[in-house]
Amino acid sequence: MNTLTGSFKGFGVTFAHMFRKVVTTDYPFSPPKPAPRYHGRHILNRHPDGLEKCIGCELCAWACPADAIYVEGGDNTDEQRFSPGERYAKIYQINYTRCIFCGLCIEACPTRSLTMSNEYELARDSRQDLIFTKKELLAPLLPGMEQPPHPMRLGETDKDYYIGALTNPGTSAGAERAPWSDQGTHDASDPADHASRPETAGPVRKEGAA
Amino acid sequence: MTDVAKRADTVTLTIDGVEVQAEKGELVIRVAERMGIAIPRFCDHPLLAPAGACRQCLVEVEGQRKPVASCTQTVAEGMVVKTQLSSPVAAKAQAGVMELLLINHPLDCPTCDKGGECPLQNQAMSTGRADSRFHEQKREYEKPIHISSQVLLDRERCVLCQRCTRFSEEIAGDKFIDLMDRSSGEQINVYRDDFFGGEGTGDGQVGEGAGDVPFNSYFSGNTVQICPVGALTGEQYRFRARPFDLVSSPTTCEHCAAGCSMRADHRRGKVLRRLAGDDPAVNEEWNCDKGRWGFRYATATDRITAPLVRDPRTGQLREASWSEALVAAAEGLRTARQRGVGVLTGGRLTVEDAYAYAKFARVVLGTNDIDFRARPVRASGSPAEITEEADFLAAAVAGISDLTYADVESAPSALIVGLEPEEECPILFLRLRKAARRGTLAVTAVAPYLSRGFEKLAAALVPAVPGDEARLLGTDPAVAAALSAPGSVLLVGERLATVPGGLSAAAALAARTGARLAWVPRRAGDRGALDTGCLPNLLPGGRPVSDPSARAELSIAWAVETGTLPSKPGRDVDQIIAAAAGGALGGLLVGAVDPGDLADPALAEQALDAVPFLVSLELRKSAVTERADVVLPVAPAVEKAGTYMDWEGRLRSFETVLRDSTAMTDGRVLEAIAALLEVSLNTGDVRSVRRELGAMPASSARPEPPAVAAGAVAEPGEHAAVLATWHQLLDLGTLLDGDEVLAGTARPPVVRIGKELAGQLRVTDGDPVTARTGRGSVTLPAAITDLPRQVVWLPTNSPGSAVRRDLGVTAGAVVRLSAGLPGPILAEGADR
Ligand code: SF4
Ligand code: SF4
Ligand code: SF4
Ligand code: FES
Repeated sequence: MNTLTGSFKGFGVTFAHMFRKVVTTDYPFSPPKPAPRYHGRHILNRHPDGLEKCIGCELCAWACPADAIYVEGGDNTDEQRFSPGERYAKIYQINYTRCIFCGLCIEACPTRSLTMSNEYELARDSRQDLIFTKKELLAPLLPGMEQPPHPMRLGETDKDYYIGALTNPGTSAGAERAPWSDQGTHDASDPADHASRPETAGPVRKEGAA
Repeated sequence: MTDVAKRADTVTLTIDGVEVQAEKGELVIRVAERMGIAIPRFCDHPLLAPAGACRQCLVEVEGQRKPVASCTQTVAEGMVVKTQLSSPVAAKAQAGVMELLLINHPLDCPTCDKGGECPLQNQAMSTGRADSRFHEQKREYEKPIHISSQVLLDRERCVLCQRCTRFSEEIAGDKFIDLMDRSSGEQINVYRDDFFGGEGTGDGQVGEGAGDVPFNSYFSGNTVQICPVGALTGEQYRFRARPFDLVSSPTTCEHCAAGCSMRADHRRGKVLRRLAGDDPAVNEEWNCDKGRWGFRYATATDRITAPLVRDPRTGQLREASWSEALVAAAEGLRTARQRGVGVLTGGRLTVEDAYAYAKFARVVLGTNDIDFRARPVRASGSPAEITEEADFLAAAVAGISDLTYADVESAPSALIVGLEPEEECPILFLRLRKAARRGTLAVTAVAPYLSRGFEKLAAALVPAVPGDEARLLGTDPAVAAALSAPGSVLLVGERLATVPGGLSAAAALAARTGARLAWVPRRAGDRGALDTGCLPNLLPGGRPVSDPSARAELSIAWAVETGTLPSKPGRDVDQIIAAAAGGALGGLLVGAVDPGDLADPALAEQALDAVPFLVSLELRKSAVTERADVVLPVAPAVEKAGTYMDWEGRLRSFETVLRDSTAMTDGRVLEAIAALLEVSLNTGDVRSVRRELGAMPASSARPEPPAVAAGAVAEPGEHAAVLATWHQLLDLGTLLDGDEVLAGTARPPVVRIGKELAGQLRVTDGDPVTARTGRGSVTLPAAITDLPRQVVWLPTNSPGSAVRRDLGVTAGAVVRLSAGLPGPILAEGADR
């Protein structure tokens, strides 16, 4: 082979790449924004009054092909109400060492309690921390929401929540996606940021990140 | 029936184009089932009478104008049946019925416990329509109402199949629930004033209205199991799991001597529910609520998880390693056995563990001082009948298993004495009731009064003042008449031991009339402990201690030198306690005994305090463990394999349910202690114990039954009465700890007195009556009952009435009675 033309060819490839769009990203300084329907970590949504939508029915756990979800139901009482109706999830865990982000659990959920956010930054330095519990999974309280347990504020019975939902669809507006996932970039070192996502509060990534 | 005769009784029909033979009178749905054709159904249950209530099982029968219900249709010669598989008519009819059933069904499967194992869900998918044409408002009811503290009813989900009401009426005889109201308001409910024009509470909850009668049946759990939808649920399992979470294991109930087969469902190392297993020979498909719901004791917070030893410096129990504790136990027993060690095993052991104790006592401790009977074993007093029960058991029970449930069911007549089947052996009660209801069995009870259980058996009563049973068995013509028909059975309970001459009279009666006799103890481990030799006069296999050839046989089996096995019958439980309290014993080895169950709890505790060295093998902290020098934790029934022997003498083996548990069986712990005392006990593995027991030659010698004369009945004076008492099924037993909702369905404790006594005391139903002895007193509301004059009945161990602890006496003793609460103002026997 002609060595001269050969090396020009090679340099030509290199040179041509200098004018192409870069594929590397400036992660973690400006994390890329995934597609709107990206399957990220889960969220347990709330009704507009703050009650949990999850009824602890375990259908997500049943649907999960990876056996990543563990749920134990509990009895709502008039004194201690976490969701409308009789049943709520006393224990809810998703094990992110197992989850394959297939979204079958989302489809199984009868109350639209379980949805997925766009968050993909799920690395942790222990397996234990990858088991997310209600504390991490529950959607943050939006304005007008109240931390359960509290009585049903939107109706007399649970039926009002479900039947009324047609005229009042805004049940988890803002919570369908993690609040931070709309900020194109975000500062992991900002302590204020940790407050809004306590489950990811970990070691600060880098000083002075953009 | 011969084969030929059978054939004459069969018919030939065609189902889905396949020709099939069936017995005359068989139901079409059963025949189809045998062929593997599943016809959807709700109300049909093989053990209940056909009802045709739900109409889900419609099939097309040629020549019939309309589809017919296959669960009520009997077969006929030449019948041509087409199920949903081959007939569009049947399929359409079934889909239509399903659509109608679902009209008012709330479809709240996600919150329903039955979801995932629900016949309605499954059959709606398999034979229902894909969509509903009903868009109107559904009928609504108050969401679940408590019909007892344990059972919840969600009327919206109910498909009115009436399995629950039919079970309660046909099988249990507790007609607490029924169809109420009319038309679209027709519903299952308990008896409540609202339905009969009275004032209800209006909110649907039961128990608040004055006339409400909660569903407090001992068998209510079976309705939860057979309800084909989630209308009946149990409080304890509510929302705890889904079927796919659960690991199901077959097991055996550890509560009573009925020996029910069960299914235990566990999740993450914890049993969440238990269901009746299907064993046609024993419990059919039923069990009692105690067996179904009484399992939380194993997860109680006071469970002992590590060995404890008493610290010589502080005198307190402290946790220790297994090796330290085992050495402490072995060394202590080595010293103690020079003066003698008594062994009390209690009635909760498996056959394998009981055998280990029996072998340990003989081989390691060199004693026959071993007794499994954690209860009064004789009437207080005279020495003549000291060994009566032990002799009776050796002569008529140990090693014998020839009377079965099936025999009881097919017997023409049963005489029951010293036994309250519904309270003490509920599945035996169901069998008796099955036969009695069919009209083939006549039940006669020798008892102080006709209890609810006996009423449900339509029993004839031979009224007996406690203590007088022996005389009645010997001389009463009604008793002899009851056993005159061939095949009759005589069922005696363990309580007869406290009647002087009672067991002798029973054995003599059986011999005289040819009736078959069975001894029905109360606890699951009793019969097994008897057959494995946990008795002062018996070695394993029913071999008499005093028989040299029996000892020689056993020496060979155990590979010990002939002549080393103790040859003198040992002390029984009362004598062991008395010896220990009197300082005559060097030590006690106690497994699973509650001193409160013994004849004299105060003396028992004194004995436990007095004995120089006390080893306790226990599950949870108890009155024994707090006094012990060494406490060794052992496995509860769910964490070990084993065998219970039911009252029939049938072996009910089971495997470990919670396999991850590291808890050890009593046999394994004893083996470890024995090893430190240079004896190889070989009881650590249930399989090797089973092999060893199986390889033992059958025992040949059988002693004569005892012949103790009937005693005299106590003579109560004014304002006093003879005490009758027995345990209620749901009471304060240790194995029911932690099951509060279950305790809520127990029968309320009452003191039962006769009319005359009530007149003397001037009390009416519900007024407090106090029974007292020198030891203490018990006060309960009165229930005026048809009792013999001068007899008072108290529950043995129910809330407010711990007879042995509070009164220090047992049945047959005289207690003094007074109206009202005990107190200084109310002098003994004083009127109100
Ligand atoms: S996304 Fe898929 S794998 Fe992950 S929890 Fe849901 S069902 Fe399971
Ligand atoms: S409660 Fe259950 S068993 Fe009883 S009638 Fe209703 S569906 Fe049938
Ligand atoms: S009848 Fe006895 S063996 Fe059967 S479930 Fe009840 S307690 Fe257990
Ligand atoms: S199963 Fe035949 S009518 Fe219910």
